Amino acid sequence: MKTFNYHSTKDVKEATKLASSSSAFLAGGMTTLPSMKLGLASYKDIIDIKRIKKLSGIKASGKSVTIGSTTKHVEVANSKEVKKAIPSLAALAEGIGDPQVRNRGTIGGSIANNDPSADYPSACIALNATIHTNNRKISADKFFTGMFETSLKKGELIEAIEFQIPEKSCYQKYPNPASRYAIVGVYVAKHKSDVNVAVTGAKSCVYNEKSIASALLKNFSSSSLDNVKISSSGMNSDIHASADYRANMVKIFAKKAVDAC
Amino acid sequence: MASLVGSRVERKEDKKLLTGRGKYTADVTFAHQTYAYFVRSPHARAQIKNVDTSKAEKSSGVVAVLTGKDIANDKIGGLIAGWRIKSEDGSDMKVPAHPPLASESVNYVGDHVAVVIAESLDEARNAADLVKVDYKVLKAVVKTDQAMDSENIYKDIPKNLCFDWLLGDREKVKEAFDKADKIIKIDLINNRLIPNAMEPRAANADYNPSTEEITLYTTSQNPHLARIIISAFNGVAPENKLRVIAPDVGGGFGSKIYPYAEEVVCSWASKKIERPVKWVADRTESFLSDCHGRDHVTHAELAVKNDGTFLGFKNETIANIGAYASVFATVTPTYLFGPCATGVYKMPAAYSNVKAVFTNTAPVDAYRGAGRPEATYTIETLVEKAARELGMDPAEIRMKNFPTEFPFQQTLVHSVDSGDYNAGLKKAMEVGDYKGFEKRKNESASRGKLRGIGFCSYFEACGIAPSAVVMSLGCGIGLWESAEVRFNPTGNVTVFTGSHSHGQGHDTTFAQIAADRLGVPLENIEISHGDTDKGPFGYGTYGSRSLTVGGTAIVKACDKIVAKGKKVAAKMLEVNESEVDFKDGEFIVAKSNKKKTIGEVAFACYLPGTYGEVKSPLPEGEEPGLKETSFFDPGNFSFPAGSHICEVEVDPETGNTEVVKYTAVDDFGTIINPLIVEGQVHGGLAQGIGQALYENCHYDDTGQLVTASYMDYTMPRADNFPEFNLGFTCTPATSNPLGTKGCGEAGAIAAPPAVMNAVMNAVGTEVSMPATAEKVWNACQKMNKSNSKAA
Repeated sequence: MKTFNYHSTKDVKEATKLASSSSAFLAGGMTTLPSMKLGLASYKDIIDIKRIKKLSGIKASGKSVTIGSTTKHVEVANSKEVKKAIPSLAALAEGIGDPQVRNRGTIGGSIANNDPSADYPSACIALNATIHTNNRKISADKFFTGMFETSLKKGELIEAIEFQIPEKSCYQKYPNPASRYAIVGVYVAKHKSDVNVAVTGAKSCVYNEKSIASALLKNFSSSSLDNVKISSSGMNSDIHASADYRANMVKIFAKKAVDAC
Repeated sequence: MASLVGSRVERKEDKKLLTGRGKYTADVTFAHQTYAYFVRSPHARAQIKNVDTSKAEKSSGVVAVLTGKDIANDKIGGLIAGWRIKSEDGSDMKVPAHPPLASESVNYVGDHVAVVIAESLDEARNAADLVKVDYKVLKAVVKTDQAMDSENIYKDIPKNLCFDWLLGDREKVKEAFDKADKIIKIDLINNRLIPNAMEPRAANADYNPSTEEITLYTTSQNPHLARIIISAFNGVAPENKLRVIAPDVGGGFGSKIYPYAEEVVCSWASKKIERPVKWVADRTESFLSDCHGRDHVTHAELAVKNDGTFLGFKNETIANIGAYASVFATVTPTYLFGPCATGVYKMPAAYSNVKAVFTNTAPVDAYRGAGRPEATYTIETLVEKAARELGMDPAEIRMKNFPTEFPFQQTLVHSVDSGDYNAGLKKAMEVGDYKGFEKRKNESASRGKLRGIGFCSYFEACGIAPSAVVMSLGCGIGLWESAEVRFNPTGNVTVFTGSHSHGQGHDTTFAQIAADRLGVPLENIEISHGDTDKGPFGYGTYGSRSLTVGGTAIVKACDKIVAKGKKVAAKMLEVNESEVDFKDGEFIVAKSNKKKTIGEVAFACYLPGTYGEVKSPLPEGEEPGLKETSFFDPGNFSFPAGSHICEVEVDPETGNTEVVKYTAVDDFGTIINPLIVEGQVHGGLAQGIGQALYENCHYDDTGQLVTASYMDYTMPRADNFPEFNLGFTCTPATSNPLGTKGCGEAGAIAAPPAVMNAVMNAVGTEVSMPATAEKVWNACQKMNKSNSKAA
């Protein structure tokens, strides 16, 4: 690991002021620290945002649940408000990585990193989330722009993620047996006037599987997906699973999710 | 006094190990410590045209940058292959030179090119980036089954063939096959594994210029072997000037039996710079450069009669031994594999033919079970296939071919001293409720799951090993074991063993043996191991040998102590030696009931003079002190055996496979500590099930290791396993006084075929290891297609 300057910041203003093209915000450090240790990334300044009180916590209203960006997975998993308003979101958080990761990793870190097989991006898409940053609001469908890429600008800091409470929802994944990231994860959410089927792990970036979503909008049952064909084009293929397998699993896990809704 | 042998004594070492008070090599830091970082090859195969160290040498904190040329100039010898194998045509095996630092070519990703030594690890690592190596990259040979048809990696080793070895009689096998009603054939891949000991390898060498002695701390299963190799073969220092200490070691599984390049380089470099040199592998280095395990491609055939009687067996295997021949790389796929490939059965004719090939991958060596898991996987999947094709029950076909009389002369090498294979299999069927399988299968089906059952009956040859046998088969060393039992003057005991504990629990098991034999309380006995300056030469721990060979050496040394104690007690009690009995720590004269405790006798041995009323208790000519050494060379291997039954549940929609029930019934002979034995079985099963369902080392076509981290290499976890059902049968070994057989490897040997037979039973077609979800899902698709055709 190359040496760096470590800054522990007390508020968003201080943190964003320190940000530069050679800095990184540090929350749980679940990706940033291993990348630095392996020499895959190096920064001049590490700006720790864990002590910024405003960034942590969960608030629920009748329509939405808002989760501060440095809220840990374990806090979401155990939150009474989340369990009541969007149980599938608490269940997703409970299934991330392992206890060590859930005790350190944060929701803001996960979506800012936008790993193609991370769990949380699918929740953002499925639950029509709004990402609140220090200077704007970004809707989830505009936020995730590509593999490990988001529409965040350099030095822009996620403050909170606001999830719309759906009528019904469920997240189902087939975890990579090694990393326990999703080989395929499907988040189905039925809202008042639309259905989202967010898929993670299958392609280079989370996406909304429209063919399944439109079939479910007509008839929200797993049998309505029997004749839906998912193409393997654009799907990831690696030592863990081929594109064909992933394409098949998108449908299988969508069905599992609908059945469990 | 109740015997401690057979009791569930809690591990004495756990308090230390579980509270972070263990002392591992990485915990050792000397004054004036320097830190080494290795420059490793990023290419699988390349010529080294030039190594430019000038920038690195000027980098901050750098003490030295040493290369292959430096080590060659100092005439440091290469790493060795410890077992000489001859090919079927009588020619010697061919092995390439293996310099600790490469100077001409690199032959796998991670191969050692140079070492940077600096005041801190960060400085060493930063400077390593500045070492410029000019490579001419060559086409890598990667695949096991293509190695013989690829370009020669080494110009004097045609077809990349180390040896083409045969054990058995081709003619007899042909005759047997001619008489067969049916020939069952199978093609298998025994997947390559990465050992992944919890503690990464490490070395810290401290050269003292005034005594010219090197003290080397290292993560070794076998410090005495490390010392003899580093002095006699690498020529770093004479044996009397090299002290090797393997302190607490966090697992080895075979990968730490022998010294690697790093220990040699750190020792040599310490002498060169006259400062201590420390190296600790990071996890990536472990993946790249620890010796890997398995990696066989096998075609095997079994000749059977229609009633299920086995007539003959043949086994044609290509074994990938990686870029260089590591110390036990050549024996693992031959004598540890070939003889056991006929399994636990009467087999009138058999042969094993193994071609060992070099590839541009990390060296492959012994890994938990070493050869016997590969052998058992071959025969046990073949036997299960025979049962399927003959329409027989898998238990029935096995029992039909089990030997029932012991000693049993096994087809290829071994004379198995004891066993009762029918009893083991019957007990496994009972413990695992074989009768209830159909009911469980229907219950699984009601949830949309496919349930399969798989058997494995195994035997293995361990307790390595009779020196006369192994040396006649090409081993460069004997494999006996030593023990020294030392009574301290105040009556407590230190036992020195030449074996080494890196998780096996010797501090407890060995103390139980000595406590029973000497009648001394367990807490008054310390076990000392792992330091070549303490206790006699020994051969370390692997091949499930420590208890049968090392434990017996302790028994023998204890017996010598008692023999001397009797003489001393007789003098003290003023009777003839023949009138003294020893029981529960007391020397007793039966007729008078006069007695002396062994502690009193020990104290007397240390105070042999005459002082006023006190008279020397030592008989005429007897030396003072109470300390005895014994070396035990077993007359035979030991032969644990057992039957395991696995049940899996497959989700046909996803291919996800779960082990839902696992029964292991093993015969380990006498069990000293059931708690530790059960732990060993659990660990072995975790690794065996890991091989069957999860673990797989994958190199891409250019020889880059794709599974070089836990993101891609699947280590099994606790939630992958059900509660294991364990059972034991016992036929004591006759080759050692304890009657023990060894238990460390059994789980890893038996589990892969048990699991895979269950998977194949569930999905109806052959699936290769590891049975990943996608492979199983594909098998389910195939099954659906053939079912719909049939309909």
